[in-house]
Amino acid sequence: SLSCQAHTPPAFPLPHSNSIHLLLHQAKHTLALSSPMAVAIAEAPFHVLAVDDSVLDRKLIERLLKTSSFQVTTVDSGTKALEFLGLHDEDASISSVHQDVEVNVNLIITDYCMPGMTGYDLLKKIKESSSFRDIPVVIMSSENIPSRINRCLEEGANEFFLKPVRLSDMSKLKPHIMKSRCKEHCHQDEDLLSNSETNPTNNSSSSSDTITISSSNPTDNSSGDTISSSNPTDNSSG
Amino acid sequence: MEYANLRRQAASLKRSLFDQGYLDEQFCQVEDLQDEASPNFAEEVVSLFFKDSARLVTNIEQAMEKYPKDFNRWDAHMQQLRGSCFSIGASKMNNECTSFRNSCGEENAEGCRRTFQKVKREHAILRQKLESYFQLLRQAGPARTATRPGSM
Repeated sequence: SLSCQAHTPPAFPLPHSNSIHLLLHQAKHTLALSSPMAVAIAEAPFHVLAVDDSVLDRKLIERLLKTSSFQVTTVDSGTKALEFLGLHDEDASISSVHQDVEVNVNLIITDYCMPGMTGYDLLKKIKESSSFRDIPVVIMSSENIPSRINRCLEEGANEFFLKPVRLSDMSKLKPHIMKSRCKEHCHQDEDLLSNSETNPTNNSSSSSDTITISSSNPTDNSSGDTISSSNPTDNSSG
Repeated sequence: MEYANLRRQAASLKRSLFDQGYLDEQFCQVEDLQDEASPNFAEEVVSLFFKDSARLVTNIEQAMEKYPKDFNRWDAHMQQLRGSCFSIGASKMNNECTSFRNSCGEENAEGCRRTFQKVKREHAILRQKLESYFQLLRQAGPARTATRPGSM
């Protein structure tokens, strides 16, 4: 059976042995999924929700993400981001452990300076939500203000990018996603173990392995859209 | 070959834009995002920039007219425009935006008016130069994507 406690610690000291431990657990969990469907799920691209009020920056971040093999949905405000996630402003704390909404977002990247709800406000709402607080959040800003950066990191932001965001910044995203997915699988496995002796190769992990469905709207990619989402291009170099 | 000549002209124009400080490295980053799947990405981005920045310039103009001495408001609008300049590497225009914001900080209305004229001027110059650049590229044919300055 799969268990966090079953692993022996690594034989050599590692700076982030915890992460390696989680990654090994993730790999073992993935291998345990035997059906072809499960394999397809395991290989689905990660889905990033990008939030920015600038139409120009949305176009750029979308391209950066797609070039890096992410599936992307862009929205032009924090409010729209919450709507997309299925969270409502008033009751961000109310949510179910297993989401009914068919939205699967692996990472949220948001601009800091936005009219209305700032990126910081959005970060707070996400971290207050029990459904979404484990989703990594990255903040972007064109202004290098240390107090702003610290504030975001203290609130739970996983990373802070200074604009203009570069292609090289994209490689920093996946580690955050992998860590949070492993964390989630660990929680779910612990739930399983505490409940019964059920076969671990059942679809034990629900929300994080669900293929995204709601974001496949065939909106065209033009700049005027407030919400647009698209899959990575077929021949992207990744 | 005519196309090779056009491409050379485009590369030369681009090099001069960098040498004269109109563009910076960020523009290269944008062009690097182009590939076979998105062969016109850079031109789309630049076109979007000019459309969006024209709107932002109008916003600033209206704000300066409707809300005299409301430096915070003027500054907030200019911050948006500066962000856009930053995103495509419009270096000279970016500098003028910063000058404007400095004047706002000093609550210098005359300074704001002066620097705003410069922003508009740089905007117009850059538009004309980039339009020429992309026109040359288009005429040179779709096969090649833009090359970096200095590489032929």
